[in-house]
Amino acid sequence: MNLRKIREAVIERGIFVSGITSIIIVLLIFVFLLKEGLSIFLSVNPLDFLFGEFWYPISEPPQFGVLPLIIGSLFVTLGAAVISVPIGVASALYIAEIAPPRTKETLKAGIELLAAIPSVVIGFIGMVTLGPWIKELFGLSTGLTALTGSITLAFMAMPTIVSIAEDAVTAVPRQYREAAVAMGATKWQTTWRIVAFAARPGMFAAIMLGIGRVIGETMAVMMVTGNAALIPHSILQPVRTLTATIAAEMGESVQGGEHYAALFAIGIVLFVITFLINGVADWYLHRTTGK
Amino acid sequence: MDNVIIQTRRLNLYYGTFHALTDIDMDIEQRKITALIGPSGCGKSTLVRVFNRMNDLIDGVHVTGDVRVHGEEIFRPDVDLIDLRKRVGMVFQRPNPFPLSVAENITFGLQIHRSRARKEFPDVVEEALRSVLLWDDLKDRLKASALSISLEQQQRLCIARVLTMKPEIILMDEPCSALDPIATLRIEELMRELKKEYTIVIVTHNMQQAARVSDYTAFLYLGEVVEFGETKQIFTAPQQQRTEEYITGRFG
Repeated sequence: MNLRKIREAVIERGIFVSGITSIIIVLLIFVFLLKEGLSIFLSVNPLDFLFGEFWYPISEPPQFGVLPLIIGSLFVTLGAAVISVPIGVASALYIAEIAPPRTKETLKAGIELLAAIPSVVIGFIGMVTLGPWIKELFGLSTGLTALTGSITLAFMAMPTIVSIAEDAVTAVPRQYREAAVAMGATKWQTTWRIVAFAARPGMFAAIMLGIGRVIGETMAVMMVTGNAALIPHSILQPVRTLTATIAAEMGESVQGGEHYAALFAIGIVLFVITFLINGVADWYLHRTTGK
Repeated sequence: MDNVIIQTRRLNLYYGTFHALTDIDMDIEQRKITALIGPSGCGKSTLVRVFNRMNDLIDGVHVTGDVRVHGEEIFRPDVDLIDLRKRVGMVFQRPNPFPLSVAENITFGLQIHRSRARKEFPDVVEEALRSVLLWDDLKDRLKASALSISLEQQQRLCIARVLTMKPEIILMDEPCSALDPIATLRIEELMRELKKEYTIVIVTHNMQQAARVSDYTAFLYLGEVVEFGETKQIFTAPQQQRTEEYITGRFG
């Protein structure tokens, strides 16, 4: 009797500890980022850091303005979203609602495979095939541009978007479809007005996760965007993202030095951006699903 | 018989190799309530779903014979299914309002069929809700989610939604099985009101309901119509032994 109670208590504690572990880890990461990165603001004004137009970390004196990097990340991410969201949502609807069983299985397997390709391989393909192609098509001096990055990253966001959105669409109760069909709705009217509408919280989650993957992606984006830390004026210019900057420069910075701290401060900026995106997504989901 | 609105002749339906309906011959009269009763699996839901061809959604369904709605053969290849389903509305077993607002549920049919101008929508919503006696309860909650109202209100809303399409026939597949007894009685009341303008075919496993509400009753067993006639006669003087056994509760 008593033993059983102890068992229950132990299990309960165990689950509780596992549950809060992830939160603790996130907090620790954030604290670590702050500890390593905040020292940059002793020598650089935070506003100059965020809105400075020049990132010259190794010139003398160095300039630490991350605006070009933020804009670079933004360009690439928005571009990837514009490409991957419509295609991803459309393929999710096709797979879940329209495709005959065999096509459906083939497509799902294909998309899972796409998700399994290491990002460096996708980056490689983007660099040697997509880059030259874009260079040719637009008559540019280099094919490694924000657009190249967007397209490459769109391929990486797509599997996430498609598979999660597809689950959301499949989870829409059959009664909704029956009701719409019985009212004389066409297949498309049923799919778009009722099924897609009912699935929109899940679709939204799918899109946010896809975009999250794009923002955090480093390897592929480093290989295809040209890595020029300048404010771009069009998507056909090279850009450098926040993530690529950290990855490319961490090796050459002196531990504990100014440059090192600046790179961690970029990490803080990334962290805050993802945090904001998650926050907005959460707020939106609670607003629409409501009550 | 001029009043016949649905007519089936030698109707057979197969799910793959399973013979679900056998040689159904029925004449369903206009502006009457016809009840289909019988034990589970007897084919009554399948039969009612023949009339708006909802069975088409199931793979492997095969139908032979002749089914006419208003004299028009509905299984011919050139039949306009959308038009058929506008004329033959359906109310389901579990209330299934769309996850939209109350008003949007009502106007869904108008939107997909573009049958009314948008500025008329408020009037249509009011009229539809009044005809199912929901207006007073919901007039201040038209923008609320249809999933937030009570089950009975949801089922009434589903009926209202069908009415906006001005159907000739309303099929009801066990419309009260998810409702409590009081709500059930009120929906039956509504059905009596509706039959002044509409033909109603109701599937029910509740024999008391069939006896209370219907004008005609068909008793189905193992995919065949065992007996079909006036409700009073079926329940007081059944001609077939099986009918009598079923309605007196000896099986089923």
